[in-house]
Amino acid sequence: MSTVIKVGMADLKTCKYPDRLTTLGLGSCVGIVLYDPITKIGGLAHAMLPDSKLINNNQNIAKFVDTGSKKLLDDMIRLGANKNRIRAKLAGGAQMFKFDTSSDLMKIGYRNAQAAKANLAELGITIVAEDTGENYGRTIELNTENGDLIVKSIGKGIKTI
Amino acid sequence: MEQYTYDDLNNMQIDVLKELGNIGAGNAVTALSSLINQKVDMATPKVNILDFKDVANVLGGEERQVAAVLLNVTGDVNGIMMFVLDIADATRLVNLLMGMESTDDKLSEMQISALQEIGNIIAGAYLNSLAQLTNKKMIASVPYLAMDMAAAILSVPAIEFGKIGDTVLLIQTDFGDEVDKVQGYFLFVPDIDSINIVLGSLGVI
Repeated sequence: MSTVIKVGMADLKTCKYPDRLTTLGLGSCVGIVLYDPITKIGGLAHAMLPDSKLINNNQNIAKFVDTGSKKLLDDMIRLGANKNRIRAKLAGGAQMFKFDTSSDLMKIGYRNAQAAKANLAELGITIVAEDTGENYGRTIELNTENGDLIVKSIGKGIKTI
Repeated sequence: MEQYTYDDLNNMQIDVLKELGNIGAGNAVTALSSLINQKVDMATPKVNILDFKDVANVLGGEERQVAAVLLNVTGDVNGIMMFVLDIADATRLVNLLMGMESTDDKLSEMQISALQEIGNIIAGAYLNSLAQLTNKKMIASVPYLAMDMAAAILSVPAIEFGKIGDTVLLIQTDFGDEVDKVQGYFLFVPDIDSINIVLGSLGVI
């Protein structure tokens, strides 16, 4: 029996095939997906903010891109994944409302996606696909059989990256 | 400065926030009622202090399709005001207002503008009544509209409050018109400092 494991906002989880991982309605948050094709171990982090170092109250590891991506990688390695084989995919980081550019709120989606790229590069993980930015929400599901990331959006249909 | 958290709020303070929701939403519902010429009822406001993962539940689940008009609130009180409807209800509301019959679930530019303006009037009524009551300045931004999944829309206020803590405080008031054509929610999400300012102005801190 396989289950689809739900990852909430400011949350991260790992699993092994045949289980799958999903997060529903990513908006400006960024979904960081890691996958090792040999062990079929997958990980998903749903991060809200780019940088824990900019925030005083930063105990919630999964809330931030920097601490969340590192923890996700560590958890996968602990589960038996091999770091050299792990590849990443990104989704989310949208701008949900058309704020005027002066607003800091507006840039948060973009900043989350950029932070994910910078942090994964620092960790030595290659990003093989992304569906980020734009102005709409995304539900994502990781198929741990082959690493496919299914991205669903309202009015945009379903795509696999 | 001592860092307050929402957990420090006592029952009386929560009750005061509920009453603010009552007054704000009462005025907003009156404005809505006169816009659509229908009686609009509202439920007792709820003050929800939620973990991020539970935020979307207030709108009936992460993937529920909603239309939301959002206004940034600045001045003495900072926060986010949202007026949220099911997509279908948003269409019906615009049709009621414009005297149109459209079955298309895709809103035209004009309908979108109308919806923004409705949100503007209603959220404005909510905020103005609170500003009067507390004698605090609350300046609303222009209205922004998004139509998408509830969780994606709520990620915006959640992220804003994620900067200061691990919970979001929402003052939520559900409303519906008599013929159940239009049901929706007002969400007022003040930041923690603003809550202190508001409670202070009312002498309950």
